[in-house]
Amino acid sequence: MNASAPHIEVMRSQLGRARGLGAGHSGVGHWWAERVTAASLLPLSTWFVVQMFRLGGADHAEVVKWGSKPVNATMLIALIITTFYHAQLGLQVIVDDYVHGKAHLPTRLLVKIGTSLLGLLGVIAVIKLFVRGSAAK
Amino acid sequence: MQDIRKALYVGSRSDGRLIQRPMSPHLQVYRYRLSMVLSITNRITGVIATAGAALGVFWLGAAAKGPKTFAKARKVTGNPLGQLVLLGWLASVVYHTVGGIRHLIWDSGYRYDKKEVNEDGPVAVGVTAGVSTVLAVGLLAVSICRKRSRAKAGKVS
Repeated sequence: MNASAPHIEVMRSQLGRARGLGAGHSGVGHWWAERVTAASLLPLSTWFVVQMFRLGGADHAEVVKWGSKPVNATMLIALIITTFYHAQLGLQVIVDDYVHGKAHLPTRLLVKIGTSLLGLLGVIAVIKLFVRGSAAK
Repeated sequence: MQDIRKALYVGSRSDGRLIQRPMSPHLQVYRYRLSMVLSITNRITGVIATAGAALGVFWLGAAAKGPKTFAKARKVTGNPLGQLVLLGWLASVVYHTVGGIRHLIWDSGYRYDKKEVNEDGPVAVGVTAGVSTVLAVGLLAVSICRKRSRAKAGKVS
């Protein structure tokens, strides 16, 4: 902080200045969403670890066969969406904590766009794998 | 406009004089505690877990694209450097899960006293190390077994 005497720079109350800069009513929803996605990821990622034991060292044909099963495709998409949603919520908190000033908004948007695109890419890949496996039958 | 931190730094005393609010001491003045390392590690492993999930998406994308691209992906996951990255991802996900479960327990109102937090810390480290080792060795064993049985059957790669 600067060493000059404390002073208020704008003709506005401190509360008024702070309003609209913080969580602004959205904090509780964010907190809950983070917990609910975390709890959902426990069974989903356990399922994924089990699947990796089934697929360890598998070749392409085996992976395609695995991906063509509706249950596997469904669980994968659920896992991907929940993972990247949870990642978005978590990374947002990190950005809020460490990135201040003008860089804050663009960084936050970048996190949102990045995690959303990665999640979408994952979903499309699962669908493509599913279609590929179904067509091969 | 300044950011919220600065906006809230100037306060007024009861006599109306403006003062700079006190700042909390910075990180390096505190004595080292395991709990503070575990706390920041939960964040760092969260970021690593996200990066790993991104790699996982590319792995799925490679499988969706076709055998040639998937063969390339298997070259990455099959070589020692790639497996070191996978191990890092695995350990990060395991720790983030253990840390996350602790957070859910704290949120429910349990194990949050100083004594309990200090008791659970080493347990979290132990569980992470144990589970990560078991999973890593297990997965490696499964893939080696599959490789051998494929070699016996005479299939290529």
